[in-house]
Amino acid sequence: MNPIPVDAIKSTLSDARLQNAIYSSTARLMDKRAHAIAPDAIDDFQGLRTQANAIKRHAIDNLDYYLEQLEQNVIARGGKVVWCRDAGEAIQFVLQLSREKGVKRIVKSKSMTTEEIDLNEHLEHGGIEVVETDLGEYILQLAHEKPYHIVAPALHKTRYDVADIFTETLKVERVEEPEQQTQVARRVLREKFITADLGITGANFLIADSGAIVLVENEGNARLSSSAPRIQIAIAGLEKIIPRAQDLATFLKVLGRSATGQPLTVYTSFLSGPRRPGEIDGPEEFYLVLMDNGRTRLLADEGKRQSLYCIRCGACLNHCPVYRKIGGHNYPWVYSGPIGAIISPQFHGVTQDPWLPFASSLCGACSEVCPVKIDIPQVLLELRADITHAKRKEGAGQWERRAFRLFSYVMRRPRLYEMAAAMASSVFPGSRGAWLRSLPRLLRLPPVMGWLSHRDLPPPPERSFRALWRERQRAKGGN
Amino acid sequence: MADVLERLGYQIDFPEAQTCCGQPAFNSGFWEEARGVARHFLDTFEGDGPIVVPSGSCSAMCSHHYADLFQDDPAQMARVKAISSRVYEFSRFLTEVVQVDDLGASFPHTVTYHDSCHALRELKIKAGPRQLLSKVRGLTLKEMDAAEECCGFGGTFSVKFPNVSGGMAQTKLDSILRTGASHIVSIDSSCLMQLQGVISRQELPLKTIHLAEVLASR
Repeated sequence: MNPIPVDAIKSTLSDARLQNAIYSSTARLMDKRAHAIAPDAIDDFQGLRTQANAIKRHAIDNLDYYLEQLEQNVIARGGKVVWCRDAGEAIQFVLQLSREKGVKRIVKSKSMTTEEIDLNEHLEHGGIEVVETDLGEYILQLAHEKPYHIVAPALHKTRYDVADIFTETLKVERVEEPEQQTQVARRVLREKFITADLGITGANFLIADSGAIVLVENEGNARLSSSAPRIQIAIAGLEKIIPRAQDLATFLKVLGRSATGQPLTVYTSFLSGPRRPGEIDGPEEFYLVLMDNGRTRLLADEGKRQSLYCIRCGACLNHCPVYRKIGGHNYPWVYSGPIGAIISPQFHGVTQDPWLPFASSLCGACSEVCPVKIDIPQVLLELRADITHAKRKEGAGQWERRAFRLFSYVMRRPRLYEMAAAMASSVFPGSRGAWLRSLPRLLRLPPVMGWLSHRDLPPPPERSFRALWRERQRAKGGN
Repeated sequence: MADVLERLGYQIDFPEAQTCCGQPAFNSGFWEEARGVARHFLDTFEGDGPIVVPSGSCSAMCSHHYADLFQDDPAQMARVKAISSRVYEFSRFLTEVVQVDDLGASFPHTVTYHDSCHALRELKIKAGPRQLLSKVRGLTLKEMDAAEECCGFGGTFSVKFPNVSGGMAQTKLDSILRTGASHIVSIDSSCLMQLQGVISRQELPLKTIHLAEVLASR
């Protein structure tokens, strides 16, 4: 049971530059989304969300059927499908294939699934050079950091940070304009694309009825990663499946808009196996790695299964007031924000970071913007109940449990409730409505002190509502 | 609230056995403890006639989440369904049941309205309170840019993550201060307690006030 990373959160909150970077970047994404989904920009966006939810629900409920259909279709197109139970199997497959095929250099496009299994670290450890080719991911690879955000991995880096990173690691002349910085990265990365033996991508969608893997991106690096090298691997979580090619229309309409406020991203690529006879480009070999890594465990729970509908747009992060304060790196896993708070405990078990589902005011801004309508607050509530149960079994969280038992006991006994309220009032007879900045030593319990760290506490009323009500009724009776 | 409803000709019954809806326990994962309190609520409010609640959050607990608590208990579920249809958040009762917007109130101040999250997103209440405020004599409503952003209260969240919760309140209050309003109006006392707690600590030139108090002002 990891504790709340109190100090790390505090340092994020007190870093004004970082706070500004997070706040302004997410605000920009929120604003762009709002424009992109407005009625004058698209008809019936809410209807599309409902439709996307229905398709995902159907796909996930019938996952076994569609995965087999996908496999048949990928094989029919000359590709190979590799089923991996967990991170270890997926890493092992890539390492072994690289050794067999004499791979020295790998180019990668942005993929949260590979971040999930720390693929780069394992490949480098195995002596293979691996290069991230998405600009944000490349910056973070140079800085040895994990993504800060599902869609905008380097959201927390200003252009001055990027200038520092480039000059230090690439030994280039310092440039501070984003356009020039992009040129720097492009010069380095072009060389890597041309000389790489293997390209690894993720997958935004797996289309069961055609066996195609769909990649959505803005920089063209995923297209290059999947077409320049002689071998190609797409690594995808099982849940990325959609039944039919025609379903894609719904998802492409909601994904770009929700993520970055774009009607459509700059590149939408369809990978469908290796180069066929007569074709002039494309890889010689094509592998689709289908990874479970805990996903089927989520399937078992009907209430929380909806967590698998996620299409990784990041809108819930941008709109989450908690993410906007604590940023991405204080979440325990690469999936941050509201979606991270619901999937991390389900992948890792609820007792690993039992604080995580509680790090939410349950404001519901996340589910309001979710393009596939995952009811995130509801899943958080269910996870909280699971955690409370698990803690009870392990004998942890005694004080809180006692407090809520007492709460429940008192709230079922109106007389006791009234007496308790009267007692509270008698403790502060002299407050005269002034809010309290401190309390007597005896009452300085941790939750109270938590409240008082930032706020004053309302004094108990001098007279209870009940007393006022009774007086009012008597006065009326006398009229 | 009682004043406003009585002026409209309603007779009010205040069942003195009432305590809490049980939300604090429910939101903290203590569903068994919450169920006990919820059963007490169901017993206390047995009967017919609308139950008017001066809180969006408590209303949503009864109308939305009691169903979570008793999903495996058909006998209680029947009672939950009956109660859910009788629970009205105060402003909704006025605008949708009484269908009134001018209550003859007078409140000569510039105010801003805070959309509490549960009222806004679970109960879909947004226009009603603003409509009611628009008819108050002397009142000027100034919208803040972050009207739909959470105040950071979130029940036990506010004491488990005091820094984050306090930071959220700060963002909210910065937005409120930019409006130049003297009062923050809401339909949820818990949000107002959070905001007033910071206002009091930082001695900001702001006051918090429940919508019912504004509508009762003459």
